[in-house]
Amino acid sequence: MSTESRNPLSKIQEMENSRIGLYAVLLFGLVFYLFPVETAVMTMFKTQQSFIETVPFAPPSADGFTLEALTTAWNTLRPGLINSMIMAIPATILSALFGSLTAYGLTTISWRGQVGVVVFIIAGIFIPYQAVLVPLAQFWYQILPDLLNGFVNTVFGFATGGNWTYPIRNGYLQLFQLSVTHAAYGIPICTLLFRSYYQSISDEMIEAARLDGATAFSIYKNIILPLSLPMFAVTLIYQFTQVYNDLLFALVLVNEPSSQVATQRLAALTGGVVQSFNTTMAGAIVAALPTLLVYIVFGEQFAKGVAGET
Amino acid sequence: MREILNRLRTAGDSLRSVVSRDESDGQTLATDGGTETAVGDRRRDTLRNSLPVEWELIESAPFWLPPVLLAAFFVYGAIAWNAVLSLTDFQGLGEPSYGQLDLSMYAQMASDGAFWQATQNTLVLLVVFTIFCLALGLFVAILIDQNIRFENTFRTIYLLPMALSFVVTATMWSWVYNAKNGVFNQLLRLLNLEGLIITLLKPAGVTAEVVQWLSWNTTALAAVIFALIWQFSGYAMVVFLAGLRAIPTEHYEAARVDGASTVRMYMRVIIPQLRASAVSASVVLMVFALKAFDFIYSLRGSQPGANMDILATMMYRVAFDSLRWAYGSAIAIVLFLLALLVIGPYLYSEYRRGEL
Repeated sequence: MSTESRNPLSKIQEMENSRIGLYAVLLFGLVFYLFPVETAVMTMFKTQQSFIETVPFAPPSADGFTLEALTTAWNTLRPGLINSMIMAIPATILSALFGSLTAYGLTTISWRGQVGVVVFIIAGIFIPYQAVLVPLAQFWYQILPDLLNGFVNTVFGFATGGNWTYPIRNGYLQLFQLSVTHAAYGIPICTLLFRSYYQSISDEMIEAARLDGATAFSIYKNIILPLSLPMFAVTLIYQFTQVYNDLLFALVLVNEPSSQVATQRLAALTGGVVQSFNTTMAGAIVAALPTLLVYIVFGEQFAKGVAGET
Repeated sequence: MREILNRLRTAGDSLRSVVSRDESDGQTLATDGGTETAVGDRRRDTLRNSLPVEWELIESAPFWLPPVLLAAFFVYGAIAWNAVLSLTDFQGLGEPSYGQLDLSMYAQMASDGAFWQATQNTLVLLVVFTIFCLALGLFVAILIDQNIRFENTFRTIYLLPMALSFVVTATMWSWVYNAKNGVFNQLLRLLNLEGLIITLLKPAGVTAEVVQWLSWNTTALAAVIFALIWQFSGYAMVVFLAGLRAIPTEHYEAARVDGASTVRMYMRVIIPQLRASAVSASVVLMVFALKAFDFIYSLRGSQPGANMDILATMMYRVAFDSLRWAYGSAIAIVLFLLALLVIGPYLYSEYRRGEL
């Protein structure tokens, strides 16, 4: 216990040892956090025979190497990847834009009682989506088609002859509905991220612009929006990952096989009867590729988005 | 009218004299401009003061009101509708009838063994997952905070699983847990521990030669929790790291001067200061746990079996597989109330402290 009694040299030695111990634990952490991913990558290059016979995390041997699993997975998932992009990119941009506007109106312009609205909207982040699923399906598959059928056939009855029906089974329409849904449920988290950022912008600049007679819109356009660009990067990256990774909404809202998103296709591949793990692992890696790339390039922004969610 | 204009002009003049006293001569142009704005401001201010609500509220409404209405429609509108649906007897194809509303679905739930099993699993998952995530996240955050080299690399890799979809991680873990060739069982075989683990964990009345991580009632839920901890402890790390960085260095130095050992310093001085981080991290983690549907569904489909069934998977199965919409809505309301129990006090305390 009493370190004073030891000589300085052994003290240094002790520190050195604890440093080595520290790095050993950190390296073990790397193994812990990476081994499922590493195993998946190794397995996807192995033949059926090879992945049964070898240790999962070992690289494939020369004659056990194949790109067949990867090709199969790629062909199965490619339409899903495209659908995911078509759906996720507009949803992400819309959520971020709405989030920024909401945060501006509820933060930079300050008025009494706005915190109430903030609490109201931010609580939406924590909702378990099961609580909205049945109404959501009802809305997109019953209420909205009924309303639109009635509206179109009444107003444009002369052209449709009262026979127009909302194309519920149109795959692109389903993707559009999914995209709108994600955009709406993304507003709370985007608002929170932008709000904490706008709170840190100094009031003086805004006040000065106000005294010069700038309108709320021109302040947003000329001051807030340019200042928000780094925060837009954070929000877009974080929200894209969230939307792309989701399975639940897609399961409920998209049932046309041609417009299934990547996560749906991967879930179908995993749940298949034949357990060919090389193909499913290849599928996992292919499906993860967009978010992995985003994470590798913009890891810093992703971490900021994650930390903002508190 | 002229009266008002005159008064405004005198007011403007007196203001101009105030302004020009402050500024140097030769800036007449600027002061003139200032006068005009002052008059305009005053006229606008009178108008604005007569409004029943603050002008800023009206001015800001075009920015926040449309998105808030959209989100409120999808979030609160849907929850309210869901609550009403849970009172109907809506099932099968067709449309709900709102004629007779009663609590029959909740009564049915109370006598449904599957519901209580799912509730129990949900609560176990919630508590165990959150505690272990916090502990591991805190431990890793403290390690990262020791002025290490390649800090960014370590942090990025530790957080990586969180960037992956539940569907992706579930696929990977289904291979890790695979009974025949999975990593865990291969490692156990290498270490000659397989037999021991089988005798220790094997449920009564089962004959097995390999460990069935995902099927045995002794291990299934633990296996899910372990994988989820793997995925989300990085999140706890990020939150704790931010908390650690906010603690002034003097606190560390003071403890060192007092001769406290590293472990003592963290236990007595540093960790108590991380309460706020721990609270906010645990709220988010609990909500993640309630949402763990995607993971279990990808692992086991909508029929994960009683050992792994949580309220989220049960709700989906009941509503979208069996088309018992009203019953599914009722389960969803229970799930929502559980979430409310977690976030309500949190948001309220944040609001009270002016943190929102």
